[in-house]
Amino acid sequence: MKWFVFVVACFAMLAASAPLSAHHGNAAYDATKEVTVNGVVTEWIVANPHSLLKFDTTDDKGNVVHWIVESGAASVNQARGVRLTKGLLKPGDKVTVTMMVAKNGQPVGRIHRLVLPDGRLMVNDLP
Amino acid sequence: MQNFVLKFLAKALILVPVLILSSLAHAQKAAQSSETKEHKGLPPICQGEANRFNCASAPIEGQKDEPAVDAWGRTVAPPAKGVKSAPAPRHDISGIWQVDGVDEFGFRGILGIFGAPAMPSDGYPEHEPPYTKEGLEAYHRHKPVFGMAAVPAAQANDPVKMCDPNGFPRNDLHSLSTFQILQTPVQVVILYARYKDWRMIWADGRELPKDPDPTWDGYSTGKWVDDTTFVVQTNGTDERTWLDNAGRPHSDALRVEERFHRVDREHMELTVTLDDPKMYMKPWIALDKQPFRLQSADFSMSETRCSPSEMATYDSLVSTPIVK
Repeated sequence: MKWFVFVVACFAMLAASAPLSAHHGNAAYDATKEVTVNGVVTEWIVANPHSLLKFDTTDDKGNVVHWIVESGAASVNQARGVRLTKGLLKPGDKVTVTMMVAKNGQPVGRIHRLVLPDGRLMVNDLP
Repeated sequence: MQNFVLKFLAKALILVPVLILSSLAHAQKAAQSSETKEHKGLPPICQGEANRFNCASAPIEGQKDEPAVDAWGRTVAPPAKGVKSAPAPRHDISGIWQVDGVDEFGFRGILGIFGAPAMPSDGYPEHEPPYTKEGLEAYHRHKPVFGMAAVPAAQANDPVKMCDPNGFPRNDLHSLSTFQILQTPVQVVILYARYKDWRMIWADGRELPKDPDPTWDGYSTGKWVDDTTFVVQTNGTDERTWLDNAGRPHSDALRVEERFHRVDREHMELTVTLDDPKMYMKPWIALDKQPFRLQSADFSMSETRCSPSEMATYDSLVSTPIVK
């Protein structure tokens, strides 16, 4: 019986360690790497729960990828760095976006940093 | 049988210290330091490669914060350094209040992203509320977007996903950033910037209802227990709402105590204690002397609405495509 109790205690300890690998708020994104791309803005939507940026990238062969990436909420306009105003970005703007991307390979991501056309750096901290 | 037990035990004895050591090593590797009373370094939910973006990032070279502005774009003067605040006025907690300081995840000016700020769902076992069997079952039915039980947004069943009200006490415990308190001789009214919610606290001496019909925000009464501390009791909250952003449940038996203590003119502390014997074995503290700083009287809070059409756009463009 003592053995049994000890084994159960070991299981309990193992179980207690398990949450370290649990999912989190970024669950559908691959958080193990950041991807940086240069693109041209097609639409900037200031909204809740997250503002959305649409932009296009073109590879060496001329293939265009339409990206949709999320940023901070409209209300979180001064968490860090640049305010997310409606006039911040417009179609045709060239931007450099550093983000994590969807695990399933869709061209969808969450912005970590974005270099604006005027060189300023927008940092998106909130998950 | 005994052989099997011995073999398993030997394996477990090796594995358990390895797991403990590896989690300690992760804690030490964490580049940022955010320290709380009990813990040093980042909480488990921010440790490891797959979780590193859950917490605020360290300052980045080349990034310069723009001066803080309010919703009208008017510059907000930073608090004067070295100037002692005037004493707290008597029986007065009115004003516009903003979260003061940085939380354990490195976030400034916002609270409760990973659940009740004093008990976030962050991987520390002592931050798990003392669930009853029924409470744990209810928690497991909830699929939040944040915390240790988080799922991708498209698979979540958080009621605010469809713009159901935050309700009370989630208003106090989820993404609390800025709120305004208005006082009349018989009422204290709280205007929450998030979702533009407001709550009425009766301070006319009435008792809480004995058999309340549940409402999103419940029924609140408050009284001054000394010159600078206003204590609010709430019952009759709707059990469809979650307590916090991590999906902690409550029942219709929930009783909430809020203790607003104005430390001096510029500073207030809020403590929130939850007592729900159906869901939790004992009362627990969800906000613990959380500091807030008074904003200037002309500070304009920013607008945060829950717009069903904006939610639908987000779902169709982002949440749904990334889980297909």
